[in-house]
Amino acid sequence: MKQTRRSFFKTAGAVGAGWVAATQPAAASTPPAPHNDELGMLYDATKCVGCKACMAACKRVNAAVGGLAFEAAPFDPEALWDAPTDLSGDTRTLIKLHRETSVWSYVKHSCMHCQKPACVSVCPVKAMTKDPVTGIVDYSKDTCIGCRYCQIACSFNIPKFQWDRSVPQIVKCDLCHSTNLKTKGLPACAEVCPTNAILFGKRGDLLAEAHARIKQAPEKYVPHVYGEHEIGGTNHLYLAGVPFEKLGLPKLPKEAPASFSERIHHTIYKGFIAPVALYTALFCVAARNTKKNGSNAAPPAAEPSETPETPETPQ
Amino acid sequence: MGHHQFQKQKGRILTKSFFVLLTLVAVGMFFIAVRIVKGIGAVSNMSDGYPWGIWIAYDVATGTAIACGGYAVAILVYIRNRMHYHPLMRSCILTSMFGYGLAGFSVMVDLGRPWNAYNFFVPSKWQFNSAMFEVALCVMAYSTVLIIEFLPAILYSMEKSRWVRFRKFMDWLHPRLVPDKEAILDKIEWVRAGAGWLRPRLEKVLLFFIVLGIALPTMHQSSLGSMLLIAATKLHPLWHTPFLPLLFLINCIYIGYAIVILESIISSHAFRRPFEVQQLAGLAGLIPWLATLWLVVVVGDLAYRGQLTAAGSLDRYSCLFLAEFALLATGALLLLPPRQRRSPRWLFVSAALIVSGGALYRFNVYLIGFNPGEGWIYFPSLAEIMISVGIVALELLGYQVFVKMVPVLPRVALDEPKPAASVDPTPSPSGWQPRPQTS
Repeated sequence: MKQTRRSFFKTAGAVGAGWVAATQPAAASTPPAPHNDELGMLYDATKCVGCKACMAACKRVNAAVGGLAFEAAPFDPEALWDAPTDLSGDTRTLIKLHRETSVWSYVKHSCMHCQKPACVSVCPVKAMTKDPVTGIVDYSKDTCIGCRYCQIACSFNIPKFQWDRSVPQIVKCDLCHSTNLKTKGLPACAEVCPTNAILFGKRGDLLAEAHARIKQAPEKYVPHVYGEHEIGGTNHLYLAGVPFEKLGLPKLPKEAPASFSERIHHTIYKGFIAPVALYTALFCVAARNTKKNGSNAAPPAAEPSETPETPETPQ
Repeated sequence: MGHHQFQKQKGRILTKSFFVLLTLVAVGMFFIAVRIVKGIGAVSNMSDGYPWGIWIAYDVATGTAIACGGYAVAILVYIRNRMHYHPLMRSCILTSMFGYGLAGFSVMVDLGRPWNAYNFFVPSKWQFNSAMFEVALCVMAYSTVLIIEFLPAILYSMEKSRWVRFRKFMDWLHPRLVPDKEAILDKIEWVRAGAGWLRPRLEKVLLFFIVLGIALPTMHQSSLGSMLLIAATKLHPLWHTPFLPLLFLINCIYIGYAIVILESIISSHAFRRPFEVQQLAGLAGLIPWLATLWLVVVVGDLAYRGQLTAAGSLDRYSCLFLAEFALLATGALLLLPPRQRRSPRWLFVSAALIVSGGALYRFNVYLIGFNPGEGWIYFPSLAEIMISVGIVALELLGYQVFVKMVPVLPRVALDEPKPAASVDPTPSPSGWQPRPQTS
């Protein structure tokens, strides 16, 4: 079969058209309603006094399971204080200060525990998992291959890698699910917070509380609960008195990137039909071509005088 | 299987370039050792913002595209039925084999916890939402398929070779270490018989693998594009499009043809063989079509998403986008006049433009257009670059050695009456009969 250029473009056109159809959000794949029974945290930046007790408690509780170490400041060679400057391979949660001339606010960074987490969607070996009941996004170092695709995928740059170790792992908040949550029923940071800036509970309750606070003191808050709709919703919610972008919480679309990528990926690989069809079609064409030519190698036109390999005489 | 279409390259293996490349490999291996002992941060400039550096952007994303010669030519030969390109097949498969094998190797260097990589073979760990899972399995399968596709060439030379180098080595050993020569020669006969037994059987089922060798790259090259679909909030809108998989697929095919042209011209030059202008001109004729298709998809998609102004805004991203666009368009335009397609010099220039444009596209998607937010910068460290250089050097080294040990390169002067006797320095052993051509 000699494929004509026309037929090639026909196929290419059909493939292209199918692709365009696939990229349109299908009615059937609308994102599921937010799971408001999942566990989450509400951090109210207007209540936070920046004491960093949450950071200390987090490291104390999770140091052993998470492989966390103190991060010494340059003036402190003996590492007496823990002084991380950002989330890192040693720090799951961090308080930062945002200061302008008259306005200032603390902000606590940690895993957002997305409703549709990108890290879980991309992890090739299920090292990142989302608990179907609690909604906790957890990490298993025993499965992780260290490819760092979760870091590429996370819109909040939350998963951190231990670059300086020969046996590294990914570090991120898991709501103390194997430590404090198990023993005391709530994450260490929420337990120690002296001002109740960190509330722990079900997402639905936290959302209601957040909206009530905004309603009660509208002059105090930015009228938005960060995490309610961002990339499909997160279980870690924020209230603040200054715009969220200034606190390092990026402006994000409502659609979860994971929904977008999975829609395209699944359209191509649905039921593994396309790859099998591709293989079958290719095989039929290739088999016909080689049969027609008598062998899968003998060039038909290029060398008409060519005789098959001449048997050698023994030396 | 048409073994008469190929020949071994004559010459010494231990040349000057062999030792130069070997030095580079050694330097790379040294830094890999440092990486293993002290962690990735000790040798690379990767960070939590840029968790993938050149090991992924070059060695995997670009390296496997450059290794797509075998795929692109196989489409031409077996699907589009252009059998006269078959003599190019073996060197393409060889470079693809090295390209993919070493991409896999650099992934193992890049992985933080490679000892857990066995999880790819544990069905309960399979994660079908992950484009990387698809890429990983496909690349592993394809590397295996490439080895199987190349095996007949190795078996053929094991069967027909006089084992000159091996015998010389034994003679060199002789005064120091006296091997039982008779027993070893006996074993060689054994190996030869085994190879002779296996090869026709393998060639009978080879078509299954050849077609797998076309289906698998179609799957994983498009999935290499799908990998960055997730970075919706990080990858610049010039490159983040639902068409990423399609663009990566077309991209690897034109890079494939262009790299075959480049490799053929370079190896003809290096090994002082005549240029294969006839076949290369044919390949070159396909490139403008593919480039047009690609550019149409790119521009149409940008227009559809309303990003054409961003493409022309001449900021850093726009400039790199235009550079990639211009490299490809110029390369394709240069190949339009048939006369230029027959000139090795023009072929070389335009193929180089096409490869660099296509490679720049992949760099743009994986690294340059990727912006994790303020405060993050990435430029590869010297050690990081030397590891990549070492891996490329290993690839070139392997190619150099293989073409001298196995009949890989297209036979010169195809229409000589007794090609096997006149050019091949390794005559067949006794008792070998031409067999009817299989499948």
